Amino acid sequence: MIRATNLSKFYGGKRALGPVSFEINDGETVGFLGLNGAGKTTALRILACDLRPSGGSVEVGGVDAVNDAHEVRKRIGFLPEHPPLYQDMTVLDYLSFSGELRGMSRSQVKRRIPDVLDITDLGEVSEDVIGTLSHGFRQRVGVAQAIIHQPKFLILDEPTRGLDPVQIVEMRNLIHDLKQNHTVMISSHILTEISQTCDRLLVLGKGKLLGSGSEHELAASESEIRQVTVTVRPPAGDDPKAKIRTVLEAVDGVKAVGEPFEQGGGLQFSLTTNKDCRAEVSRAVVDAKLDLLKLDYGRSELENTFIRLVGGADGSN
Amino acid sequence: MAATSIIYRRELGAYLRSYFPWVIAAVLLLADGILFQAYAMQGEQLSAIVLERFFYFSSGVALFAGILLSFRLIAEERQTHSIVLLTTSPVRDVQIVLGKFFAALTFLAILLALSFYMPLLIKVNGKITFAQVLVGYLGLLLLGGAALSIGIFGSSLAKNQIIAALAGAAIVFIMCFLYMFAKKLDSPVREVLQELDLWWIHFQNSFMRGVLNLKDVVYYLAVIYFFLLLAVKTLEAKRWQ
Repeated sequence: MIRATNLSKFYGGKRALGPVSFEINDGETVGFLGLNGAGKTTALRILACDLRPSGGSVEVGGVDAVNDAHEVRKRIGFLPEHPPLYQDMTVLDYLSFSGELRGMSRSQVKRRIPDVLDITDLGEVSEDVIGTLSHGFRQRVGVAQAIIHQPKFLILDEPTRGLDPVQIVEMRNLIHDLKQNHTVMISSHILTEISQTCDRLLVLGKGKLLGSGSEHELAASESEIRQVTVTVRPPAGDDPKAKIRTVLEAVDGVKAVGEPFEQGGGLQFSLTTNKDCRAEVSRAVVDAKLDLLKLDYGRSELENTFIRLVGGADGSN
Repeated sequence: MAATSIIYRRELGAYLRSYFPWVIAAVLLLADGILFQAYAMQGEQLSAIVLERFFYFSSGVALFAGILLSFRLIAEERQTHSIVLLTTSPVRDVQIVLGKFFAALTFLAILLALSFYMPLLIKVNGKITFAQVLVGYLGLLLLGGAALSIGIFGSSLAKNQIIAALAGAAIVFIMCFLYMFAKKLDSPVREVLQELDLWWIHFQNSFMRGVLNLKDVVYYLAVIYFFLLLAVKTLEAKRWQ
């Protein structure tokens, strides 16, 4: 089990994380979800003993991650945002080096490598120099070094970063396989990736823990929140945005109107509502003699929840 | 010390695989050969003087090689993020620094060994002893090792490789000319600074002439220890940042 208590991190006087407290049970796959700068990477680096927290404590498998970092490092496999690769080494040499660094003997590494190559599907490039590999393969090599020593805890920071759609699906499948044998922590700002991979989510915003639970639990806690997007042709005259906003804010059920952006010749507004009020919105727009171009109500529950939570952290909601 | 050995093997492999260290070795050996031919072999000289001149030029090679072979060792790892593998593994900073230092020292020894044909030529055509040659090479290795340790310290300071190289080169330059700077000062500061000189006092007055003084050996080992310790402490301070 991983237990973080009142964990915080400051860079100079700037708070990057916390204080946050959470627990991760053995065998769980937990997603750290948040926008850029939310504190996901900071939290994962602290768990991986790559960063010292400014306050609070972390226990990994009952061992203090600050006072006994050496012991914790043996139990953790870490894929940082930028995979720590040596471009001049072949995949095989690199994996041998990574395994031996983690305290494995040469014979143990030799026995383990075929399994790792199989899990990460790197067999065809095992003799290749890492510097010549594609981004997708390099990311897989990064995962391979993280699991070579069969760590109990696996920390993956943005594992699908920079991958193309096919590689993302492959990485997702790889993570799914890793769940069988490891307690996995993944960070991402991509909702679909997290929701399809993780058992539980920790939603972070501006360094704070905004929500925790399964996708279902998080969505249920925010069940009254709905999202409607409406695209309206800008009317002639001064400040069309303000004119449309006034109309939309007056609609029954609309709690907040987001900043519009141009979309297909119109202005698209995101409305936070407490019910499905598409009918009311369309009537209000038409009654105001505005041209309604598009009306949408289709975000996933998780996406709604995420926007709600993160919006709250930003103070805009 | 298993981790030191693992890092040593990786780093030495990197030196032997990459073209950059070999280019450095080729350029420095070419310069050494040209200087030997142009200046050391000029006119009729005692073979001991020719050998002295060879070691004089080769000491420059050892100093340059020390800086050029070491400035990338930690700075490059920071730049490419590969250092995270080391800092999140159960490896101590002293093991990282020692592994890298001994790998660089091994390559430096290979580089210096490749210049052995020159003293061999002197030996064939003149009267020098192998002891003189060996003492000279020991001096070159210690001098180069000191430059390497300074270079590793410079490399631990900065993420940018150019800044790391400049920092290392600046310290080596200052330490090589302490004797000259100290001449302008009064006693006892003058004597203290002169004794700290990296090149004039401890190399030119002894190893270069085939004289083995224990105090010079101790001096170079102390310099190596001091700068490697600084590198370890710098890594420790930056490890958690």
